[in-house]
Amino acid sequence: MLAFGIAKDIFGASSIGLQLSNDANVSNLKYLLEQQYPKLKQLRSYMVAVNNEYALDGDTVHERDEIAIIPPVSGG
Amino acid sequence: MTTQIEISASTLDLSACVDWVMAPQSGGIDVFIGAVRDVTKGKAVMRLEFEAYRNMAIKEMEKIANEAAAKWPVQKILIHHRTGVLQIGEIPVIIAVSAAHRDAAFDACRYIIDTLKQTVPIWKKEIFEDGEVWVAAHP
Repeated sequence: MLAFGIAKDIFGASSIGLQLSNDANVSNLKYLLEQQYPKLKQLRSYMVAVNNEYALDGDTVHERDEIAIIPPVSGG
Repeated sequence: MTTQIEISASTLDLSACVDWVMAPQSGGIDVFIGAVRDVTKGKAVMRLEFEAYRNMAIKEMEKIANEAAAKWPVQKILIHHRTGVLQIGEIPVIIAVSAAHRDAAFDACRYIIDTLKQTVPIWKKEIFEDGEVWVAAHP
């Protein structure tokens, strides 16, 4: 999955892999990520995008989806 | 309604942006220009760095332009955003809106920049003399 902004600093990479079960949803993904990278929990918030759209916690993620970790945005 | 949305690593061209939104049927053109400020919370800023999740950012900006066009009778919407390293005084963002009358142009322009700051996946890092910080990352 892709990482941007401070998420990239937390992961130490602009892209990381994660093993998920077949029926995993966004909430499962966030839980696993926070186990591996506890600093994520210190952020104001963060979102997960699936295929270029903001995803909800209950949305299922599939193997070929483009997943991105979206820390608080600050454009403009 | 027509839109022009771009994310660019090179200097934004303000007069080209204004030229693009101008049209014979437009009586009001509103332009918002963001600029890099030399201080934040009393601390001197050396420069900014912008990073974008390009495909999604363009998609989100298209959504905002469509929402604005649904809310106000506007004719053209332009949103240009920079990425990369920006020095003090440089322009990270230009929003330009044309409409028959000024109210729609003002309102749509304000809506677009306010919403962009909330939803478009672009990140800004402030670089100080003694360190750097991703803006808004922590509470």
